[in-house]
Amino acid sequence: MTKQEIIQKLTSIVKPYIQNEEGFKNISENTDFINDLEINSANLVDIILDVEDEFKIHIDNDSMEKMMSVKETVAIIQAKMNA
Amino acid sequence: MNQTEIINKLPYSTPFLFVDELTDISENGVSGNYTFKVTEYFYKGHFKENPITPGVILTETMAQIGLVCLGIFLLKDIISSEKTTPQIALTSNNIDFFLPVLPGEKVTVISEKEFFRFNKLKCTVKMINSKNELVCRGTISGMIR
Repeated sequence: MTKQEIIQKLTSIVKPYIQNEEGFKNISENTDFINDLEINSANLVDIILDVEDEFKIHIDNDSMEKMMSVKETVAIIQAKMNA
Repeated sequence: MNQTEIINKLPYSTPFLFVDELTDISENGVSGNYTFKVTEYFYKGHFKENPITPGVILTETMAQIGLVCLGIFLLKDIISSEKTTPQIALTSNNIDFFLPVLPGEKVTVISEKEFFRFNKLKCTVKMINSKNELVCRGTISGMIR
């Protein structure tokens, strides 16, 4: 799966949980889930669980703590899928 | 951690504590009950001269027994060692209501864990009255640490 495909899937996973429409319109690798999209901590957990289902991977606590932006999340998804 | 210890760890007090007793608790779920006193403060205004337990209070009762007591049990190792009270935030609920609860009624809450991950606890919860009739049911989630 290419990075673009991962970002595309991640974008549709994130969509139901965002508060900041402007931030979502401009979503990029540098987008931060909390600062730019105003996602709350409970919905951040929902996103991680959806990521696990979508990409058939397991996210541990250490990885979860790093998954605060699109870039870091894509990197972890790629690492787990290739592991 | 036993029932009494869990109830003592709850961060609520009168008039907003809605847990009398826990009858069963495990990693997968919890059951408990509460009897609404005829003197509860909200009956004076809900409704005028027609006291009925508000839906938000039924939701709160389901959350206190079904989510918070279970959360304390699941975090028992951390909570007992640090001697702190847990920090709790309700993050979502979706409840359907079927029957009213009148002053003096005893209700039983039965909660099953859907997941507890990254400090988010999500449960399927139902409440039944003393005739075993369904009062309300739904899902409740919260963050607990």
